[in-house]
Amino acid sequence: MASQEVLREEPSRGSFINDPRVRGIFYQAVVVVLLAVSVWWIVQNVIDNLTRLHIASGFGFLKGRAGFDISDSAIAYTSDSTYGRAIVVGFINTIIVAVAGIVTATLIGFIVGIGRLSRNWLIRKICTVYVEIFRNIPPLLVIFFWYSGVLSVLPAPRDSINLPFGSFLNQRGFYFPRAVWGDGSWLIPVALIVGIAMAWFVARMARQRQMATGQQFPVFWTSVALIVGLPLLAYVLSGFPLSFDFPKQSTFNLTGGFQVKPEFLSLYLALSCYTAAFIAEIVRAGIVGVSKGQTEAAGALGLRPGSILRLVVVPQAMRIVIPPLTSQYLNLTKNSSLAIAIGYPDLTATAGTVLNQTGQAVEGVLIMMVVYLALSLVTSAIMNVVNARMALVER
Amino acid sequence: MKHIAIGILGAGALGLMASAASATTLDTVKAKGFIQCGVSTGLAGFSAPDDKGDWQGIDADFCRAVAAAVFGDGTKVKFTPLSAKERFTALQSGEVDILSRNTTWTINRDTALGLNFVGTTYYDGQGFMINAKKLPGVNSALQLSGAAVCVQSGTTTELNLADYFKANKMEYNPVVFEKLEEVNAAYDAGRCDVYTTDQSGLYGIRLTLGSPADHVVLPEIISKEPLGPAVRQGDDQWYHIVKWTYFALLDAEELGITKANVDEMKNSPSPEIKRVLGQEADTKIGTDLGVSNDWVVNIVKAVGNYGEMFDRNVGSGSPLKIARGINALWTKGGLQYAPPIR
Repeated sequence: MASQEVLREEPSRGSFINDPRVRGIFYQAVVVVLLAVSVWWIVQNVIDNLTRLHIASGFGFLKGRAGFDISDSAIAYTSDSTYGRAIVVGFINTIIVAVAGIVTATLIGFIVGIGRLSRNWLIRKICTVYVEIFRNIPPLLVIFFWYSGVLSVLPAPRDSINLPFGSFLNQRGFYFPRAVWGDGSWLIPVALIVGIAMAWFVARMARQRQMATGQQFPVFWTSVALIVGLPLLAYVLSGFPLSFDFPKQSTFNLTGGFQVKPEFLSLYLALSCYTAAFIAEIVRAGIVGVSKGQTEAAGALGLRPGSILRLVVVPQAMRIVIPPLTSQYLNLTKNSSLAIAIGYPDLTATAGTVLNQTGQAVEGVLIMMVVYLALSLVTSAIMNVVNARMALVER
Repeated sequence: MKHIAIGILGAGALGLMASAASATTLDTVKAKGFIQCGVSTGLAGFSAPDDKGDWQGIDADFCRAVAAAVFGDGTKVKFTPLSAKERFTALQSGEVDILSRNTTWTINRDTALGLNFVGTTYYDGQGFMINAKKLPGVNSALQLSGAAVCVQSGTTTELNLADYFKANKMEYNPVVFEKLEEVNAAYDAGRCDVYTTDQSGLYGIRLTLGSPADHVVLPEIISKEPLGPAVRQGDDQWYHIVKWTYFALLDAEELGITKANVDEMKNSPSPEIKRVLGQEADTKIGTDLGVSNDWVVNIVKAVGNYGEMFDRNVGSGSPLKIARGINALWTKGGLQYAPPIR
């Protein structure tokens, strides 16, 4: 300590060139200048070459008519829409598969991760085998496994497998009845929102009461009653406005109903299974990372094993789990670009098609890079907020 | 340390200067000793590797013809298989010298992509193929409403498909893949009902399916697909060499010069044949183009004339058995017509 303070207070003696601070600034300035020069050179080189090769450039092409169709679109899109809209369609598809994958991967990951620590030999071994298989296979192969190995060997539409509730499974995907909302059905979502709000309020009241008096309140069942019961009541009151559109056999395919295409299914299942193996290991590490004394102390207080896990172990494990979980979420989002191998119209696929139809490769790749970067930064930001809330608050 | 920094700056400056100068395509090709030719990833009749790994097909042979014109040796070609999506970038960036990959000539590709198409080596049109066994009773593309259609992404095919179904007020479900093999596999597995691409391609693909006899190509042709080789813009000499190689193939057929008789034809009494084969005294036709004067002899020796190339790869001498149709010479009622070599 003492020597450092001496160094800091001692003004530089001798030559100006030998001053470490001046040298430091000099080298940093050199690096910045070099970086700026190389970036300028790259940009200038691209512009020069595009002009020399008579290749059109700029982002004006985004307003042009796309002319091609996209199989899966969450927003209105036809071949008359613009190239820009086609890219947005792909972007939304990427988000859909990433969010669905993240939710499922987290669920499977937690179950398998906790399962690996189970006292039951069979559960423990099954979970270990799961992790070792999926963690050691490249994600692209997992996608092909689901696409070519599982979904494409299903029967043709004519011989679809009948599932309960008028659903069908065939090589063109999974079909289930689509809900058709009639007049007055707006009441149902309103009731649902009111139900959730009330459930949240009840839970808060119950916690305050438990803090004050020690008496418990059946929060879970009350919440279920509110969240399920209120919309049901609204449904009955508004005169049963819900009907279903069932998938039916037609010349080529099943028509009507709602179709989940095999491209989406295989990508979603593959990303979920693959990432879940990593999440399972993170969860296991998190739980093992909680000192055994915590479990024993909780047991000594008379908590049951379930409560120990829920109230003592998991909250502490979460602190260890969340930071590496973030990078798994980012990996899953970025791996979704492997969709191109099986023809799911994600951002890479649609932007790639636009790139090829217009020939504007530099702009196309730039758009993709910026969008993926933004998506990853947003995911990181959300996870950082969660992490900050979970972190140990020292009093 | 400062010396290192100066060294880096110096290297950067050198890099800047190096990028400024650029040689012509002919010089680069001659320097490396072969032509880099962009072909498809495997389309029977146009460009596909045979069981020995040699590329066969009209598009592959066209590159051999250019190599014969430049080097006098049709084997001085290296092939780069390209997906539909990669092809234009590969040509623009200089990775390939010619793009000879069943590519449709359109105005957008000529003007906005920095390419120059040299001509139409194959007049094609887009068609549909279905599995007649699974879909009996379908005998027209107008009955395809509601079908799932397999198509390769980033092609004119994809755009024509959208236009055709829209114009006829029909619905369809696009199943889009980037690579030809993926589209073939999906169609063969039954992921889609209909396969659409250029009709010649459909005939070629049909041969590779599990049971070719079950599949029929529907009669409708929904678009014009003039397929031809393309080169980069801004190098007129190279453009002329490739363009006139194509014309030489046609002129050779028109004059009856074949692989078998090309050496005898050199002594032909016809002044036109003598001129084309570079036997005229003090001729400058070849050297003005930037190649040797016996370039047409070399081309025909390497791949034959256009008719021979067609028959061997897609016509009567091939498993595809496609009729000459509109690809016949203009003298025989087709569209293939070349300006005179004089």
